[in-house]
Amino acid sequence: MEGRIHSLQSMGAVDGPGLRYLVFLQGCPMRCVYCHNPDTWDFSAGEEISSDELVRRALRFRPFFANGGGVTVSGGEALCQGEFVAELFAKLQQNNIHTALDTSGMYLDLSVAERVLNHTDLVLCDIKFAAEAAYLAHSGGSLKRVMEFLSLCEKCSVPVWVRHVVTPGLTDTKEEVEAIIKLAKKCATLEKIELLPFKKLCLTKYQSMGIPFPLEEVPECSKELLESLSDLIPTHLR
Amino acid sequence: MFEGWNGFKGTRWKERIQVQAFIQDNYRPYEGDESFLEGPTQRTERLMEKLNALMAEEQAKGGVLDIDTETVTSLLNYAPGYLDKEEELIVGLQTDAPLRRGVNPFGGINMTRKACKAYGYTLSDKVEQEFLYRTTHNDGVFRVYNPEIRAARHCGIITGLPDAYGRGRIIGDYRRVALYGIDLLIEEKQKDKLECSNKMLDAEGIRLLEELYQQINFLGKLKEMAALYGYDISKPATNAREAVQWLYFAYLGAIKEQNGAAMSLGRVSTFLDIYIERDMELGILDEKGAQELIDDFVMKLRMARHLRTPEYNELFAGDPMWITEALGGMGEDGRSLVTKNTYRFLNTLYNLGPSAEPNLTVLWSRALPANFKRFAAKVSCDTDAIQYENDDVMRPKFGDDYAIACCVSAMRVGKDMQFFGARANLAKLLLMSLNGGRDEKSGMQVGPVHMPYEGEYLEYDKVTELMDYYRPWLAKTYVNAMNMIHYMHDKYAYDKVQMALHDTQVHRFMAFGVAGLSVVADSLSAIRYAKVRVIRDETGLITDFETEGEFPTYGNDDDRADSMAVEQLRLFMEELKKVPAYRGAEHTLSVLTITSNVVYGKKTGSTPDGRKAGEPFAPGANPMHNREKNGALASLNSVAKLSYDVCKDGISNTFSVVPQALGNDDETRYANLVSIIDGYFQQKAQHINVNVMNRELLIDAMEHPEKYPNLTIRVSGYAVNFHKLSKEQQKEVISRTFHEVL
Repeated sequence: MEGRIHSLQSMGAVDGPGLRYLVFLQGCPMRCVYCHNPDTWDFSAGEEISSDELVRRALRFRPFFANGGGVTVSGGEALCQGEFVAELFAKLQQNNIHTALDTSGMYLDLSVAERVLNHTDLVLCDIKFAAEAAYLAHSGGSLKRVMEFLSLCEKCSVPVWVRHVVTPGLTDTKEEVEAIIKLAKKCATLEKIELLPFKKLCLTKYQSMGIPFPLEEVPECSKELLESLSDLIPTHLR
Repeated sequence: MFEGWNGFKGTRWKERIQVQAFIQDNYRPYEGDESFLEGPTQRTERLMEKLNALMAEEQAKGGVLDIDTETVTSLLNYAPGYLDKEEELIVGLQTDAPLRRGVNPFGGINMTRKACKAYGYTLSDKVEQEFLYRTTHNDGVFRVYNPEIRAARHCGIITGLPDAYGRGRIIGDYRRVALYGIDLLIEEKQKDKLECSNKMLDAEGIRLLEELYQQINFLGKLKEMAALYGYDISKPATNAREAVQWLYFAYLGAIKEQNGAAMSLGRVSTFLDIYIERDMELGILDEKGAQELIDDFVMKLRMARHLRTPEYNELFAGDPMWITEALGGMGEDGRSLVTKNTYRFLNTLYNLGPSAEPNLTVLWSRALPANFKRFAAKVSCDTDAIQYENDDVMRPKFGDDYAIACCVSAMRVGKDMQFFGARANLAKLLLMSLNGGRDEKSGMQVGPVHMPYEGEYLEYDKVTELMDYYRPWLAKTYVNAMNMIHYMHDKYAYDKVQMALHDTQVHRFMAFGVAGLSVVADSLSAIRYAKVRVIRDETGLITDFETEGEFPTYGNDDDRADSMAVEQLRLFMEELKKVPAYRGAEHTLSVLTITSNVVYGKKTGSTPDGRKAGEPFAPGANPMHNREKNGALASLNSVAKLSYDVCKDGISNTFSVVPQALGNDDETRYANLVSIIDGYFQQKAQHINVNVMNRELLIDAMEHPEKYPNLTIRVSGYAVNFHKLSKEQQKEVISRTFHEVL
């Protein structure tokens, strides 16, 4: 079947282990205040590409996957095209390519999500906010569903890396990060927690699309802040 | 049996000159990590401080510290020179003072005159007088150049012909002096000469006899040169320090005699390791001492200079010498050629600071020890000063004792030599084909007259047909020019020291080059997949294009465009091979521009790919800036499609990436860089330059050079101090694609 693709990037080195071929899917139901890719929101934009064609293109990069690398599907929200991702991952796994799913965990249908996870070698799941109210307010999603998705990962025995964007004034307190760690640890297949710094490289994208960037006035997350918060993560999860 | 051979194993290398056999019989592979390495000694630091001060002074003076305009450079024309006579472990300078440049008019006196003038000096009457009655290489070439070559040279469809200075690219086997001593080398050459003289003698035979005379003569001078410094190099070196010193004297002799564009060192680190290991076993050298020797040696190499004109620098920026040292690689028996001394050479980048010279080149194989791969990647991330070449594609062609001349050009040490020169501008070939042989910039008739392209829109088949008509003309003109150049170089500026350190019967390559590969590939793709309308000036000359619609571009792992690049190389090489090369040389081809991609662009009109007149080309085999839509690895996949079998002289690719795009922490970056190189080379690609840095850093360095005195970056096949580039070249480097997806 065909998927709706925002873009393809042949070298990712920070979205999963090793070198990754990145597939950005088009369309996202969330509206996170710090979203970096507003151009992936619209479900009708992008280009349709078949799973076979994507497998063909991804296989061209197999020589670079030696050190644990593979394909990472991101978005947009990848779970919104769950059927397609399940098919794509199945075909990649048949070719012995490592598959990683980069998601917010906001599934649409739990059984579809399960089918995806059956062909997923690694989940990179964002826990955006530690409290339900903040989650809804700043991203339009539901923390409860994210936690359900993480339970599903555990049930399907898929290793999980939890990620969290540190945004000054919003998600940068010790308490917030500790709460995220606590939530993450509920998932028995958790392998790693990564803190990502809030950046404003997306500003020009917002401007060119003519939509306001809610965090325009917020400073970027400093290296020092990120490092001090990262110290809260237990060593074995770093 | 010599004292210097005590403790060494094997007999093959004693029976005849065969350094490769000596290495194989005696070296000790090292599979460990870098933890054994030592930092600089205080003595090294004191010397380096002195050298840094001199180099700063040189920069402040506009790039040249001093010129001796009275003395023509040769092996015995200067009194011994020192950086610090008391402190130096390895001695020998090109002239009588550090960084002082000699004049070498053998290639051409005009160039020497101009170079002196550019830096505020005047070539002395004494030298002018001496050369009144002497034919230079340059004189010889211009006596025979025909109008066709002059026109091709003038309009820039062929640029960079070494017709006014030394040809370079020849690597003497400098190790021979350390292993055998001068006397034995002379004896062997005398035997060869006698044997040659007893054969039926034709012109070629007699030429070889005279060359052997010159080789023997200059081996003698090399011995005298060493004696000026108080050393007797007639016998083999007896310890590590002597081995480094003997070898360096041989190299020094070569650069005193020749000012070739690229004066590579060869492959010496593992050879020298054998001497270091022997001394260590005898208890007369420790690790600190070994590193100190290599640091001192490398310091000497960093002081090598040739006098160049500003026009030359425009082509090959940054005062390069291409003192290329090939490190690592695998032996044909499956053992890695990495030794502790391979690490020591890389360690000089830490001990002495990053530097463009020597041009450290790692011969990379999938089978290299993992520890070494990681260390090399670390050095790249820390210094941006090394390049990688694929041992797994070169070893099957050249064996396990080849080295790299200049940037990417492999040759068996002491067994192969090459006649190098210039690049043909393929983008200009396309434009000239459309314009019936006229230069699109000046309107001058350069190639043979032919009907120019008719019609408003370019049709692919018609365009390639016209190119098929002009390609043989370009190839013939180019080969003829090269044949003349090398005939005259042999006649008037023969590379005596370097050739004395080769076997008497050598294999010869004639190394051609192309520029503008990505421009011609994208232009042909535009013609085929989009609509290209031609714009003519009042004389009917096509000077611009309007391109409507999308078209695939080279660098996105898209066969539609990449195949155009592959095909143009194959076609050009086929034409070159049809014209016999001087002295039966084997034709080879490189895709390498150094920094000349800026000048080539300047000399080339607008092209159908949307590039405007005067804009720089991409360097070497790189895709055109900012046309890569699918990221770094797709770009590497495209370049990997270019055939090394067709381009045996090398395919240069420069890869710039911001550190964050390689991973979040150092170890991840090293591991990912190793995967990139492994993955690229697995696809039979030949070369990659690696820069791990931020564009912002370069912009800052451009504005505040004082903050980054040793900023070294890799450009097409060599490393260069960023501040030695012109502003124009700096801007071009900054405008290149930096892979930065996070």
